[in-house]
Amino acid sequence: MMGNLALGPRRAMTLGTAIALCAGLDACKAPPESRYVSDPADARHGLEVIERVGCGACHEIPGVGWPEGNAGPSLRGFDDFGPIAGQLPNTPTNLAAFVRNAPLAKPGSPMPAMPLSVAEARDVAAYLHGLDDG
Amino acid sequence: MVEAGSAFDAWWGWPPPVLDPAGPYADSVTTLAWVLFGLGVIVTLIVVAAVYLAVNGSKRTKSKLGGERAVWIGGIAFPGIVLTILLVWGLALTASLTKTPTGDEMRVRVTGHMWWFDVEYLDSAGNVVLRDSNELHLPVGEPVVIELASADVIHSFWVPNLSGKEDMIPGRVNELLVQADKAGRFGGICAEYCGGPHALMGFVTVAHGSSEWREWWKDRTRSLPGIADQDVPGETVVLASNPATPPDLNPLDGRQLFMNSGCAACHRVAGTEANGLAGPDLTHVGNRLSLGAGILPNNRGTMMGWIGNSQSIKPGNRMPNYDMLSADELEAIAIWLEQQK
Repeated sequence: MMGNLALGPRRAMTLGTAIALCAGLDACKAPPESRYVSDPADARHGLEVIERVGCGACHEIPGVGWPEGNAGPSLRGFDDFGPIAGQLPNTPTNLAAFVRNAPLAKPGSPMPAMPLSVAEARDVAAYLHGLDDG
Repeated sequence: MVEAGSAFDAWWGWPPPVLDPAGPYADSVTTLAWVLFGLGVIVTLIVVAAVYLAVNGSKRTKSKLGGERAVWIGGIAFPGIVLTILLVWGLALTASLTKTPTGDEMRVRVTGHMWWFDVEYLDSAGNVVLRDSNELHLPVGEPVVIELASADVIHSFWVPNLSGKEDMIPGRVNELLVQADKAGRFGGICAEYCGGPHALMGFVTVAHGSSEWREWWKDRTRSLPGIADQDVPGETVVLASNPATPPDLNPLDGRQLFMNSGCAACHRVAGTEANGLAGPDLTHVGNRLSLGAGILPNNRGTMMGWIGNSQSIKPGNRMPNYDMLSADELEAIAIWLEQQK
């Protein structure tokens, strides 16, 4: 059994290559932690808006303790999502347009328009994109 | 994580703040609460000081504290006098809470159900004039008698801004006086554990200034036979509306879906064939500030989320998830319900 644990010359070489490769990777620019870094004040206001209009009635949203509705998808880790509703590039502008008036932003969307002003929608988007900041 | 205060609870009045009286009945309760709290603090300080002296004091202080005289004064005379004064003062202060209504007050019957409130506005003969759910509108500055009843288990009706709490007991009617001296939205809650989602059994009270109140009343009763002054269209409760909402492209018939999906078996919508009584009356649901009994704001999104999956919002409530309906069908029903004002 002990023999199996000891590294043979060939395996040691593989390990060495791997370490070298890792070191090389480290020299490259690391991918950004967060796609979009939100202004904390905007994001804070966005959370207030989310609670006031009740986004949680359909969505699980980090930072909203209750409700965690199941009718729509969870928004945990929104910054890492692919396209919004499978179609729109996940940018702050698109997200703000979508949360305010989904049927207009993406015809056929199951999400209805919500009672948000343009500024409020922008702050909601800032909150969702800011979930992994900091 | 939901923060109290701020614009959040002002939006539709829930959850309600306590110790913030908006009328005479809540005022006396709040005063009594603060005086009791203050006296409690003083007595606690005295006891802590006595304990400290009993341990660290001089021999002479210790022997005084342990003497019979200290027991007579601190253990019998002091509490006897203080509690007697407090009792007499407290009873005088809160006498108005239990006074008999004069009979001229506006009367509303509120019946507790698991887990929502049925609201019936009564005329002077005790007949139901108007029925609503989970929301009570009243005029500023007027005492209102609330007849408290229960359809199932014991609930307790509590709008902290307006009055103390009073139980809703099956088989009997308790009367509670409330009064709001300023206009606003005041949240209420069930204050007696009544099973499952008791903590999510809420209520919204809206107090209107006198002209606004008359308009509200005329608006709500305009379609009812025998109610005079039907010509003034009232508009008081402005629902959150989205100026950018596109014209409804939903081609489905929300009314028909409501009737055919089983909703009508539990919910009544006056003027339609929907006459179920097991759940909240939806005749005026489009004007309501809240959904799910005081707990959610009322907009198209929350309505769709509630109908589609209410169990994830208020676990154990008696409405099943309508998750067999498509998003388009949910939206069509929500749009039709928005029009029920």
